[in-house]
Amino acid sequence: MALLRVENLHKRYGHEEVLKGVTLTQEAGETKVVIGPSGTGKSTLLRCINRLTEPDQGQVWLEDLEITSRRSDINQIRAKIGFVFQDFNLFTHLTALDNVRLGLTKVRRMPRAAATDRAMAELDRVGLAAKAGAYPAQLSGGQQQRVSIARALAMDPKLILFDEPTSALDPELIGEVLSVMIQLARDGMTMIVVTHEMGFARSVADEIVFMEGGVVVEQGPPEQMFRSPQIPRTGEFLRKISELYGESS
Amino acid sequence: MNLVFDPAWLPRLGQGVLLSVQLTAYCMGIGAVLGAVLGLVRVYGGGRWSPLYWAASAYVHFFRGTPLLVQLLGIYLGLPTVGILIGPFLAGLLAMTLNTAAYQAEYFRGAIQSVKSGQMMAARALGMSRGQAIGHVIMPQALRLIIPPWSNELIYMLKYSSIVSMTALRPETMDLFGVARSIASRNFRYFEVYILVALFYLAMVLILTVALRWVERRVRIPGLGTPGRGI
Amino acid sequence: MNLSAWTEIAPHIPVLLRGILVNIELLLGLISLGLGVGVVTALVEVYGPRPLGWAAGAYTWFFRGVPEIVLLFLFYFGLSQFGVPVSAFFAAVLALGLRSSAYQAQIFRGALQSIPHGQMMAARALGLGRVKAIAYVILPQALRLSLAGWSNEFSSVLKDTTLAWGIGVVEVMRQASYIRARNFTLTLPIYITVALMFLVLTYVGNVAIGLAERRLRVPGLEGRR
Ligand SMILES: Nc1ncnc2c1ncn2[C@@H]1O[C@H](COP(=O)(O)OP(=O)(O)OP(=O)(O)O)[C@@H](O)[C@H]1O
Ligand SMILES: [Mg+2]
Repeated sequence: MALLRVENLHKRYGHEEVLKGVTLTQEAGETKVVIGPSGTGKSTLLRCINRLTEPDQGQVWLEDLEITSRRSDINQIRAKIGFVFQDFNLFTHLTALDNVRLGLTKVRRMPRAAATDRAMAELDRVGLAAKAGAYPAQLSGGQQQRVSIARALAMDPKLILFDEPTSALDPELIGEVLSVMIQLARDGMTMIVVTHEMGFARSVADEIVFMEGGVVVEQGPPEQMFRSPQIPRTGEFLRKISELYGESS
Repeated sequence: MNLVFDPAWLPRLGQGVLLSVQLTAYCMGIGAVLGAVLGLVRVYGGGRWSPLYWAASAYVHFFRGTPLLVQLLGIYLGLPTVGILIGPFLAGLLAMTLNTAAYQAEYFRGAIQSVKSGQMMAARALGMSRGQAIGHVIMPQALRLIIPPWSNELIYMLKYSSIVSMTALRPETMDLFGVARSIASRNFRYFEVYILVALFYLAMVLILTVALRWVERRVRIPGLGTPGRGI
Repeated sequence: MNLSAWTEIAPHIPVLLRGILVNIELLLGLISLGLGVGVVTALVEVYGPRPLGWAAGAYTWFFRGVPEIVLLFLFYFGLSQFGVPVSAFFAAVLALGLRSSAYQAQIFRGALQSIPHGQMMAARALGLGRVKAIAYVILPQALRLSLAGWSNEFSSVLKDTTLAWGIGVVEVMRQASYIRARNFTLTLPIYITVALMFLVLTYVGNVAIGLAERRLRVPGLEGRR
């Protein structure tokens, strides 16, 4: 069974239909990269998956559990799905360590000592054990994003959703975040990543999904998408962002 | 013009200080709890048309828009006419508490709303319930942001506690200014007594200001409230 | 409190209105006094020579730290003790007006300090003297920026005019207590009526200030809120 299934997802804001029936399947251990022009509903799609935004229609399944069902405990489900935001959203009043520890103690109800050990291990994994006591304002953007990845990892998620994790960063800080993500993908983490970093997509993506106007236009493995896209518009877009973003990493 | 100050006034004024401080402390404490609840209701209590939101807003507008003296006399003189007997101390405390709760509600609302919306979203994404997110993420930040306006309010209420002298206080429940009035009415040294009592208030304000700045510094976190210093 | 109590209030409304008119007179008197003294105090604090600036600072500190009621009693009974003949009304305008001047000075000082330094430089570069530069360039901008702060000060001093009751000014609270003395069952309805009158006044005042703010708005010159 697929780890995640998204079926015919619709979302409208007022008169504007942002998602017009999106369907996706994600296997365990797979890394999917979602690309598409601004305003096509990529963020909306990710937020509908863990219901930070309520979809209007359609279903999302995590294994055999229907996320979109009114009866499922959404908080319990969210605890199993990591989310990494474009602008980090680290808790301003907490140190790096406490940011990673909060979900463990308050959501997973882990004893404090065990939570501390686990949080330190995750900070170490993203190379920031030395910054455990720093507040977000005392960290660079790249460091903040790595802490927020550690915060997601600590919850033992089945899947992590990344919404443009590097686009708020200065160019020289993008690499440190991407290399953490590449390592995660190689370790077998299941990830859906909205990004325009094509170097990342080439090196670790199992599939690239091209969205435009609220629908999936085309999807396929990177080689195929780059070399012989079925739809001209896909090739055009890929060439454009490869020029714009280069291929850092 | 020869001024006469009598050291014999001091013990009684000291008693008055004690009562003013008590009144202020109680009303600020209870007012903070009420204000936090009202502020939370105004932010999270459903939309504009939810009855809870509406009631909280009506309360806040009424108590902020009308004079404290009217509230005090309404309670002290008005409640007994409908069968609710209330002494001057309790009437003063009640009026001050209801009044400051409305102002503090607005400070809480402002502080809660100035916590960035991404904070709530990140907390919910981790699997926290709304209540947990408010308790562990929003309020700890709001409570730090609220310290400066809350300090102002505390000083305001300390000064406003002198209003209870407008009710007929018994000698044993007289606030600082009530004591001053009773001393001055006996020896007619109005100027000296009132100047002295003014200095008492100034001293208390000074002590509070220094103490609250110290607290604010103690709980300050980089990046919260004051512009953070990144590296 | 039954319905009949409310119908009994009606004949007393004109008296209450006459009372609140006195509160409005107090308000107008004290806020103009406060404005004049406040603007001068702020100018002295920002542009004056050091010692004068300190004196202005001490002045605002005193009037911001002492309760209104203490000031009212100090000015009324304190002055009469030295044979200075003051009416209760005049003492109230003086005490509350000087207190307000301290708050207005603070609002105004903030506005003065928030005007970019380049404005003064550009004015001086044109050949305007310091005083003229302040009068024609800095002041008009600072006054506009102060309006938001003033609307707060307005609502607060409007309500504080009731404190003049304490020294015997015959304003609305005094009228209310006369009515109450004749028919004490009216106590609660009377005070609620007075409260509603203040709600209306506060509202009307804020709308008026909002209108003034819009009329005087200059694109690009926004208050920091
Ligand atoms: N909360 C909201 N209320 C109203 N409209 C919204 C809301 N969130 C998103 N939209 C609209 O939905 C559309 C899709 O937004 P979304 O953020 O999902 O796009 P995106 O593909 O992530 O774009 P970007 O690359 O700029 O992040 C946009 O037109 C946006 O204005
Ligand atoms: Mg987006």
